[in-house]
Amino acid sequence: MQHSKFSKSIILASIALTYSISGYSAASKADYRDFVPSPEQPYYFQDGKVDFGTYNGFRRYHADCHVCHGPAGMGSSYAPALLESLKVMSYGDFVNAVVTGREGMDNMIMPSFAQNVDVIKYIADIYAYLKARADGVIGPTRPDKFPKVKKLIADN
Amino acid sequence: MVKAKRKVLAICFTASAMLSAAGAVSANSELLKMQMNANDWVMPNGNYASTRYSELDQINAKNVKDLKVAWTFSTGVLRGHEGGPLVIGDTMYIHSPFPNKVFALDLNDDGRIIWKYEPRQDTSVIPVMCCDTVNRGLAYGDGKIILSQADTTLVALDAKTGKKVWSVKNGDPSKGETSTAAPMVVKDKVFIGISGGEFGVRGSMTAYNLKDGKLAWRAYSMGPDSDTLLDPKKTTHLGKPVGKDSGISTWKGDQWKIGGGATWGWYSYDPDLNLMYYGSGNPSTWNPVQRPGDNRWSMTVFARDVDTGIAKWVYQMTPHDEWDYDGINEMILVDQKINGKMRKALVHFDRNGFGYTMDRASGELLVAEKYDPAVNWATHVDMKTGRPQVVDKYSTQHNGEDFNTTGICPAALGTKDQQPASYSPRTGLFYVPTNHVCMDYEPFQVSYTAGQPYVGATLSMYPAPGGNNLGNFIAWDADKGKIVWSNPEPFSVWSGALSTAGDVVFYGTLEGYLKAVDAKSGKELFKFKTPSGIIGNVNTYMHNGKQYIAVLSGLGGWAGIGMAAGLTDPTAGLGAVGAYASLSNYTQLGGTLTVFELPN
Ligand code: HEC
Repeated sequence: MQHSKFSKSIILASIALTYSISGYSAASKADYRDFVPSPEQPYYFQDGKVDFGTYNGFRRYHADCHVCHGPAGMGSSYAPALLESLKVMSYGDFVNAVVTGREGMDNMIMPSFAQNVDVIKYIADIYAYLKARADGVIGPTRPDKFPKVKKLIADN
Repeated sequence: MVKAKRKVLAICFTASAMLSAAGAVSANSELLKMQMNANDWVMPNGNYASTRYSELDQINAKNVKDLKVAWTFSTGVLRGHEGGPLVIGDTMYIHSPFPNKVFALDLNDDGRIIWKYEPRQDTSVIPVMCCDTVNRGLAYGDGKIILSQADTTLVALDAKTGKKVWSVKNGDPSKGETSTAAPMVVKDKVFIGISGGEFGVRGSMTAYNLKDGKLAWRAYSMGPDSDTLLDPKKTTHLGKPVGKDSGISTWKGDQWKIGGGATWGWYSYDPDLNLMYYGSGNPSTWNPVQRPGDNRWSMTVFARDVDTGIAKWVYQMTPHDEWDYDGINEMILVDQKINGKMRKALVHFDRNGFGYTMDRASGELLVAEKYDPAVNWATHVDMKTGRPQVVDKYSTQHNGEDFNTTGICPAALGTKDQQPASYSPRTGLFYVPTNHVCMDYEPFQVSYTAGQPYVGATLSMYPAPGGNNLGNFIAWDADKGKIVWSNPEPFSVWSGALSTAGDVVFYGTLEGYLKAVDAKSGKELFKFKTPSGIIGNVNTYMHNGKQYIAVLSGLGGWAGIGMAAGLTDPTAGLGAVGAYASLSNYTQLGGTLTVFELPN
C-alpha cells in the first residue's frame, strides 16, 4: 500500500505545472462553468455559492488540517490561524509550507505533506478555500456550492 | 456515616501492615490489596474495577463547601492534561503530555520534587498524534512506575529513584502508531494498547513482563485468529462462537491490515474471572463506503484471559461504523442486581450514545439504552443480535460519499469520550461526564500512505437541538437504563468523575471549575476555578490522617482543538461559534495540579 516516495522538489514543480497547464487565460467569468482557478483568483463566488474546487478545499482542509489549525482556518492552541496567514502569504509560499513542513518554537510542528496524495492532489483547492476565508468571502460554516464541472484538461 | 468511617480505619490498618511486608508479597497480591486501600490511589481509575469510588468520607456533602486549596504544582507543559495523579504512601506521581515528564512529589513537604524523569523523544511524533499530545497517566507495580510515552516506548522507572529499569518499543510512529493510554499492571504483566486509528494502524493489546519488559503476548483487533487470539469455537459473541478468522471475513480484501480498532482507552480487570476488559476504536478510514462489511473487531468490547490473551468473549457495539464512535471508553465492573438477578456486571458508556450493561462472565447483553435523549442515529439496540437499528437519514453509508449527512447526534466526540465515569456502591448510581453535541458528516475517498492522516470525512459540530449547553453531568441507573438526574454544563464535561463515601461526586469543567455535587440529588455544593480548563480526572487520598482531593488542569485534547477556536453551526450562523470561542474568555493553556483540603 505504500506509495513510492516522490522528491519534494518534483512535487513542487508539478504543482506549479498544474496551474500553468490549466492556465488562466482571460476566460470570461460569466459563469461557474467557465471558471478556471489561478493563484490570483483561486475561487469563484456568486450568489452565496463557491465553485466545487473551493468546496472540496473545505472538505480536505477539515480532514487533514483542522486538527491543528482549528475549524475553518481560525487557528487553535496548536497552530496559527491560516485565514490570517493567507492575508499575506503567496500561493508559492503556501505550497512550500505544506510540502516541506516546518518546525517552530516549543515543539510547534507543521508536518510535511509531500507524501500525502489526499493533500497534494487538492492543494489548489485547499488554498482556494482558505483564500476565500481570508478574503472574508465565506464564513466559518460549510459553504454552499455550485455543481462539479467536468474539466477539459486532465483532472488535477 | 460512623460505620463507613470505621471501615476506612480498618483498611488503613491492613494497608500499613501490608506495606511493611511489601517485597515479600508477589506483585499480584500486592496490587490486589493496594487497590483496596482508600488512603492511596494506586491506579488511574482507583481500582481494577474502574469505579473511581473512594471509601474516604472526611470530606462529605455537609462540609465540602469549606474546601480550600492546600498546594499547587505546575508541570511546565502547555498541552492538554488528561489523566490524574497516583498516590502511594508518602509520594504522589504525576505525568505530563508530550514530552511526557514524570514527577515524584513528596507529600510530607507540600509536593517538593523527589525525582523527575523526562524522556528524549523525536518531535516527529507530534504531528502523528490525532488530537493533541495527551497522556492519560501512569501505572504502578512491583516498585516500578510505568509510563507509555507518545512515541510508544513503554518505560519502567524505579518508583523510589526514577531510574530507568527497562524500556521497550511497542509501535512505530513513522506508521502513525503513537501512545496516549495509561498502562495497567496485572499479576506479572503490564498491558498497553496503541493509538492511531486516524492513520490506518491496526490496533492491538500487548502484555509485557513486568520484570524485564519482554513481550508476553499481543492480540490484534483484526486479522487471522493467530493475530486476534480468538478461538473460533470457544470465543463467543453474544453466546455464539465467533467462527474461523472472524477478524478478516467481515472485511473486503486487505483493508483489515490498515483497519484501525486502536486501543487507546482504559483497561479493567476482574481477579476472580482472571479476565481483562477493554474496547477497540473506529475502523479506518472514516469513509464507511471504502470498507464494506461489519469490520470486526473494531468498536468491540474484549474480555481476555490475562495470562494467555485469548478472548473469552467479544461484543461489537457499532458494526461498520459510519460516525467515528470509538468503543474505547472505560469498562466499569460492578456486582449489581440487573432485572432482579444478581450479576457480575460490566457497565460501559459508549461514544455511540448507548449505556450498556453486560454480564462480564458470559458476555450476555442485559441493557442498552440511550444516556442522552438527543441520540438519534439509531432507534434502539436489538437485544437478540446486539445490533443498533440505524436510521437511514443519519447513515453516512446509506447517504453515500460526497453527501453531507446533517443533524447526527451524537457528534464524533461521542455522548461521552474517554473521560471516565464513576460508580458509588452507596447510591448504586453511575456518575457520567457527557457531551451534548451533534454533527454533520460528509465522507469522501482517501488514499492510504503510511504515516499520513487517513481520515476521509469532514465534520462540523454544534450543540444538540433545543439548547446551548454542550455537556451534561448525569447520574445513571444501569439496571433500568435510565437517567436519574442531569446537570447541564455550558461546555462538554471532559473530566473524569470521582465519587466518595462522603456522598459527594467531583468533576472538572472546560472553563476550569472543580465542582462537587450531592451524590443523591446532583445539587451543586462547591466549585473552585483552577488556572486552566480541566480535562483531567479527579482523585482523592489520605495523608497523615487528612483527606485530599487532587486534579490536573490544563486545557487541550480534542476538546481544546475542536472547540477552543469555535465550532460551526450551519443553522444558527455564528451563534454557536461565538459560544465556543467564548471558552478562550474563561481559560488559557497550562498544566497545573491543584490539591484541596478542609480547613483545620
Ligand atoms: C500536526 C499539526 C498540523 C497539521 C495537521 C497541519 N499543520 Fe500547518 N502548521 C502547523 C504549525 C504548528 C505551524 C506553525 C509552524 C511554525 O511555527 O513555523 C503550521 C504552519 C502552517 C503554514 C504557515 C503559516 C504561516 O503563517 O506561516 C501553512 C500555510 C500551513 N501550516 C498549512 C497547513 C495545511 C494546508 C494543512 C493541511 C493539509 C496543515 N497545515 C496541517 C501544524 C500543523
